[in-house]
Amino acid sequence: MNSSTVLQRLPTLKYVLVRYASAAQNQDLKKRQEAMMARSLPKQVSIPGVNHIILVSSGKGGVGKSTVSANLAVALGIELGERKVGLLDADVFGPSIPTMMNLEGSPDIVEGNKMVPLVNYGLKVMSMGFLVPGSGPVVWRGLMVMQAIQDLTKNVKWGPLDILVVDTPPGTGDTHLSLAQTLPLSGALVVTTSQKVALNAARKGAQMLEKVKVPIIGVVNNMSTFICSKCDTPSNIFGTNEGAQMLAKDFGVKVLSNIPLDPRIGELSDTGQPVVLAHPESKQFLPSTVCHSKDTEDA
Amino acid sequence: CENGIAVDLLYGRKFSNHSTLLSVHNMDSKSPNIILILSGKGGVGKSTTAVQLALTFRKIGKKVGLLDVDFCGPSIPRMLGLEGKSVFQSPRGWVPIYADAEQTLAVMSIGFLLKNRDDPVIWRGPKKTAMIKLFLEDVYWDNLDYLIIDTPPGTSDEHISVMENIRSLPVLGAVLVTTPQAVAVGDVRREVTFCRKTGIRILGIIENMSGFVCPTCAECTNIFSKGGGEALAIHAKVPFLGCIPIDPQLTQALESGVSFIDSFEGSNVTETFKNIAAQITSS
Repeated sequence: MNSSTVLQRLPTLKYVLVRYASAAQNQDLKKRQEAMMARSLPKQVSIPGVNHIILVSSGKGGVGKSTVSANLAVALGIELGERKVGLLDADVFGPSIPTMMNLEGSPDIVEGNKMVPLVNYGLKVMSMGFLVPGSGPVVWRGLMVMQAIQDLTKNVKWGPLDILVVDTPPGTGDTHLSLAQTLPLSGALVVTTSQKVALNAARKGAQMLEKVKVPIIGVVNNMSTFICSKCDTPSNIFGTNEGAQMLAKDFGVKVLSNIPLDPRIGELSDTGQPVVLAHPESKQFLPSTVCHSKDTEDA
Repeated sequence: CENGIAVDLLYGRKFSNHSTLLSVHNMDSKSPNIILILSGKGGVGKSTTAVQLALTFRKIGKKVGLLDVDFCGPSIPRMLGLEGKSVFQSPRGWVPIYADAEQTLAVMSIGFLLKNRDDPVIWRGPKKTAMIKLFLEDVYWDNLDYLIIDTPPGTSDEHISVMENIRSLPVLGAVLVTTPQAVAVGDVRREVTFCRKTGIRILGIIENMSGFVCPTCAECTNIFSKGGGEALAIHAKVPFLGCIPIDPQLTQALESGVSFIDSFEGSNVTETFKNIAAQITSS
């Protein structure tokens, strides 16, 4: 019995075969489409000598990404050694890292047209803030931002680094897309405060990280509780810690730290002194141990 | 759907050949009335300020529009208790969401267009530019006294697009919001330069989160420092509009989508916003 006879006698089988054929064609089509799209996307290329790249991101502005990045990098630098940790400020519009790390000036250029990162507190640091003078705004559309991110990652002589900590701007836009598409990222911390508007935006940020396949290491709940210096009354000014816990749970991670709201943090940041150096006991609020164990896990 | 946003809204037909924003101002007086809320720095309270100003203007009998062009973190729907509302079209344009039955506060945000409110909007510049143009030209704003535009942090596609699209419209000016710390003031200083370069008038600077009064002992702690905003206003020779302290009741009102201005009429934060609104309207 030939196949056409079988098809005539078994209309349901024909239907199944036709459906199977078209499903198989759809699968092929989908695979071909994905392959074409992958060809047009930038390739992830690691930075020579850099072992791990950790993103500090949020989705929401003003939750303390730069503060956490700077202090985390300094704490990791103390553990791992002088100039083994880098800090990249990928916020081209509002670079806070130069202020927090007490650094200014233009980077030197060496052979291969590469910029030499500035060094302070044992870290190699690069920021748009070193390339744009004082009060000059960076008014750029997305394409320029993408180019700038390329320059700050690939055209910098980072040298051998155990970890590169990357501070990111708020949002889920060009900077994050460019970083995720062009660099192999080891993981990301999601920073938030307890307010619902912050948690909503942080959730979007975390969803975006999932979409671009960046592993989420954990959630950092910043500005959690304020203790009055006069009467020691605690105030959860921006809300309770529950929201951050739910956010972490929804993404299968933990809240790595609840950082208190302490006026000394802002004061020290403004004067370019990392809190973990001025008050070493504050290291307990940083997820450095987790980052370090991830580092040794992967090593 | 793209990113869960109704495709016809993004690529749909335009309703008129000229901007419906011509209906924004009073056709008789043609007085300028578009107010931008800018910062440069994230998390300083731009959306909070935009909402309180809108509610204050409404309280003094004005018809207000509130446009949220922060696509990555649209906070305005939540702050006004309007989450979950849907946008519909009418023959005159897309109908904004009204925060009240009297239709005196009209709101538009990407937040109303997302299928799932937790969906991130991961757009590059051209899509954001197209959406902003749509928000300004295809939304039926219907004869407003003021249109307040809340912006995201930075000076990127959204800001450039807004500036381009409002160039020919009656702009009153920009209100800059900062917190007192140096890292915030540094970004806002750049925003001042941005306003000067784009020719937008600076109505003044607000210093937000300026001090916290302990509810138990009334001790005031400057958690985020103090005075940075005022110093910048003096340095940049622009009006200093006022200081707003950290007020957990304001935070709570925003979390629950309740109007702080209407619920806490006697609060000094409400007074401060009334004062700021008066300074803006008389400028």
